[in-house]
Amino acid sequence: MDPSSPVSQRLAGMPNIIKVENLKKSFGDFEAVKGVSFAVEQGSAFGFLGPNGAGKSTTIKMLTTVLAPSEGRVLIAGHDSVKETLEARRAFGIVFQDPSLDDELTAAENMELHGVLYSVPRAQRRERVEALLRFVGLWERRDDYVKRFSGGIKRRLEIARALQHRPRLLFLDEPTVGLDPQTRNQIWGLIGELCRNEGLTVFFSTHYMEEAERVADWIAVIDHGRIVAQGTAAALRQQTGGGTLEDAFLALTGRSIREAEAEPADRMRAMRQAWGGGR
Amino acid sequence: MNAVFILWLRQLKRYFRSRSRMIGGLGQPILFLLALGFGLGPTFARAGHGDYVQFLAPGVVTMGILSMAVFSGVEIIWDRQFGFLKETLVAPAPRLEIVLGRTLGSATIALIQGSIVFLVCLVVGFRPVDPLLLPLALLFMVLIAIMCAALGAVIGTVLQDMQGFQLIMSFITMPLFFFSSALFPVPDLPQALWIAVRLNPLTYGVDGLRGALSGAFAFSVATDFEVLGGLTVILLALGAHLFAKIEV
Repeated sequence: MDPSSPVSQRLAGMPNIIKVENLKKSFGDFEAVKGVSFAVEQGSAFGFLGPNGAGKSTTIKMLTTVLAPSEGRVLIAGHDSVKETLEARRAFGIVFQDPSLDDELTAAENMELHGVLYSVPRAQRRERVEALLRFVGLWERRDDYVKRFSGGIKRRLEIARALQHRPRLLFLDEPTVGLDPQTRNQIWGLIGELCRNEGLTVFFSTHYMEEAERVADWIAVIDHGRIVAQGTAAALRQQTGGGTLEDAFLALTGRSIREAEAEPADRMRAMRQAWGGGR
Repeated sequence: MNAVFILWLRQLKRYFRSRSRMIGGLGQPILFLLALGFGLGPTFARAGHGDYVQFLAPGVVTMGILSMAVFSGVEIIWDRQFGFLKETLVAPAPRLEIVLGRTLGSATIALIQGSIVFLVCLVVGFRPVDPLLLPLALLFMVLIAIMCAALGAVIGTVLQDMQGFQLIMSFITMPLFFFSSALFPVPDLPQALWIAVRLNPLTYGVDGLRGALSGAFAFSVATDFEVLGGLTVILLALGAHLFAKIEV
């Protein structure tokens, strides 16, 4: 990190909660991530940007222990993601790009399930679930089935769920995709509050440049499997000759449209729609 | 072990909240019981084997357990599609506990389903030969349920999407059932069929259950236990291993 940046000064002396060293991932002959290194300081908001197919999702999967690196390593709160997987998992909360709630359970049951999976003591669990559901405005709807919720409500519930075991780090993989501006605003408001009041570190990816600019203390841009630039939003804008962050992003990653291959989950979603959504 | 309990509870909640799942799983075994039981009954009796419903009932109870356990185990694929799988993948719980919780949940549902089929069998005239052997019958139902659910979980971790589901039904569930001695007695089978039946683990489940309900084991209780128990342990270990390898 550039030592003269205001973020570095504010966070001076904070340890790195994520440390990524020469991370690589190949699928057969295809090298999706080609040696990525960066660090995320505790208490910061780290924006991870990149066009589709740039290696962004693959990197996030490796950071969150769902994909094993081909080479290099990831340390989450000092724990190696491969050798100390369970400790690393305990240290972070995550809101995935796609909903990951059980639709046939209620909001409270989803919270309960998470709390038990993360070994949150029972007495603490009750208190924490109420506090978090109130925080995201869903306490009144705790006994409603998740399948009745809109995308925005599900997102809020997922944020509450991800924080239940008091992680110091929260991963948000495109948390506002498909949401209307009001809901997006509300979600970032909640996240900002958490950062300020609880010292939470937030690692997020997004395609909305104005969100990245508003929220992130530090931005890294990945393209073709490599980090092509990192710094504050202001520094990135300057580096590419002024303009908006979106201009800077396009200058760094080019203007061509990327084709990303559909994953099995996407194909299944398409099939489910074709079948009329029943099961 | 709390992870095991909460995932078990989840399966049960989902089962009791879905009537269609409950009723759907009953159709096939009951159809077999009524159509084959009464359709082939006279022929079976003429061949000197006695009452066919009496012979068939343990087979259709097994079928009820098998189809529900495999179907419910394969639900891992649905969880993959609807995203919930990821919540369990990043959870700091040992993979064996996650697979065990799911498997026991599926097994419990399958056991309930098998018990309902058993009650239907009683209604249409089936009579257990010795009430004192009923606990043994229940024990075999439990073992069959856990084995089949573990099998379903293994299949569910391997398959990427529901395209393969028909494949499972055609090449795993149905053959397991048809070559299990659920429908016909083992002793005078043609050799090729006899080998298939002997190699089929479900045969030993059907045999144990039939033995407990009608008093006649084709193999021994010990053999039945060993095959079912051994295979269940292997499938659970394999399931946990495969689950740890899932990448989304």
